[in-house]
Amino acid sequence: MDDNGHQDIRITRRTVLESGTVTAAFLLGGFPQVALSVEAADTETAITPIRVELQVNGLLHRLTLDPRTTLLDALREHLALTGSKKGCDHGQCGACTVLLGGRRINSCLTLAAMHDGEPITTIEGLADGDKLHPLQAAFIEHDGFQCGYCTSGQICSAMGMLSESRVGAPSYVTENLGEAQPVLTDAEIRERMSGNICRCAAYPNILAAIKQAAGAPT
Amino acid sequence: MKAFTYERANSLAQAATASTEPGAKIIAGGTNLLDLMKLQVERPTHLVDINRLPLDKIEDTPEGGLRIGAMVRNSDLAADQRVRQRYGVLSRALLAGASAQLRNKATTGGNLLQRTRCYYFYDVTKPCNKRDPGSGCAALEGFNRIHAILGASDQCIAVNPSDMAVAMRALDAQVETVDAKNVTRAIPIAEFHRLPGNTPEIETTLKRGEMITAVTLPPPPKGKQMYRKVRDRASYAFALVSVAAVVDAAGGSIRSARIAFGGLAPRPWRVTTAEERLIGAPASEKTFDAVASEVLDGARGRGGNNFKIPLTRRAVSAVLAEATLT
Repeated sequence: MDDNGHQDIRITRRTVLESGTVTAAFLLGGFPQVALSVEAADTETAITPIRVELQVNGLLHRLTLDPRTTLLDALREHLALTGSKKGCDHGQCGACTVLLGGRRINSCLTLAAMHDGEPITTIEGLADGDKLHPLQAAFIEHDGFQCGYCTSGQICSAMGMLSESRVGAPSYVTENLGEAQPVLTDAEIRERMSGNICRCAAYPNILAAIKQAAGAPT
Repeated sequence: MKAFTYERANSLAQAATASTEPGAKIIAGGTNLLDLMKLQVERPTHLVDINRLPLDKIEDTPEGGLRIGAMVRNSDLAADQRVRQRYGVLSRALLAGASAQLRNKATTGGNLLQRTRCYYFYDVTKPCNKRDPGSGCAALEGFNRIHAILGASDQCIAVNPSDMAVAMRALDAQVETVDAKNVTRAIPIAEFHRLPGNTPEIETTLKRGEMITAVTLPPPPKGKQMYRKVRDRASYAFALVSVAAVVDAAGGSIRSARIAFGGLAPRPWRVTTAEERLIGAPASEKTFDAVASEVLDGARGRGGNNFKIPLTRRAVSAVLAEATLT
């Protein structure tokens, strides 16, 4: 198969499963007709690609995708936005966190097709040209990472967390649920960020970075 | 993930009709379903996406309660001012569950239908009567630390993982549904989840093609509302034991109490006779212990989960002591 995905062989479900890049390659750019009806070899359900418009970081992308494509895989494999990371692929680590209409979600646990036309922001969309977003700058200043694999997820999650906090959303540790604007104490930030795991355990520095950014306009 | 076809529903009727087809499944937040599909525990051949249906409102009912649309996200429900002020136990239970990212996606209807987190249910190489009826239960003699001590059967000892449903059980919620013929029904939450018996694969009383449209809460019961969750880490973990309580007490005696439990059974657990024992009783350690004994009547550990019996006893005591504190 060439880079545009031109091929005349029958793609079996097994081929697609065993090599995620096969799907990616033949669907990225072009969308040759051959890809539009790929018959599955050992299952009754034929893979019927669907058209999806993804609005990512202000740009509209028209894609033709296997319905199974998660939002994370669409971003990484089809749009080459590899800032969002695949850690566990089961919604347990938070490395894939992106913002959907400004709200943080795990992009690994949703299908791209479910977000046709909806505004998505990834880590690539935060900086203003060369000017880093205050959260990005704060993570660097406070050394909020070691290996960096969880960092894009941490930063996107912190973005969502600060918006939630601004509109007064409570957390499990908020003492008084009636409080209109719970104060972002260290305990509040830790609880609100518990969906993002850092196996390097850079938590104290992540906390410091978020606290600094929380005081700055974001 | 097995291949499937995808359909976005534009109306309730379309969704209900499409979901009656063999192999079809409704997808809402997708946080549990997609996880299970990746592992091929769930293998739908057709997905019906209901995310664009207008089921995302929280409305006041004429009776003074709330009607929560099936697509209201867990985060929005927890943050709603009416829920925070009048149904604190529900807000707390929701905030105790999952992570902020998951709560932003997970829906009210989906939360009620989430599957157990039993390790053997998730592991397709192991026998599991719930996933593969008749194959056996690997948890009975296996690692069963998180498993049920109440309501289980020799076919299945999995627990229901929901926090939200436990609070809803304490609040006597009703689950509203509609089917493909547009027939509606209101199911008391006590009758919504089934016990495993010999058919652990059937988890609710929903019929094929019947979909959840809303959950209705009656007016808030009198008393202090609490949700206590005991788990292996302080955040983002399922309950080993959780207690949703609404306790009306004054001057050291209890007028009424509702207590529902999570982490103990295949469904949110509530023991009416234990609650009746509390009416007019003094708020004392002796009362609380008697209540715990009543709740734990028939409890059976399977080895790894034996600790849940004393843990439940202490959790009940602690919650009732705090709820009756003057």
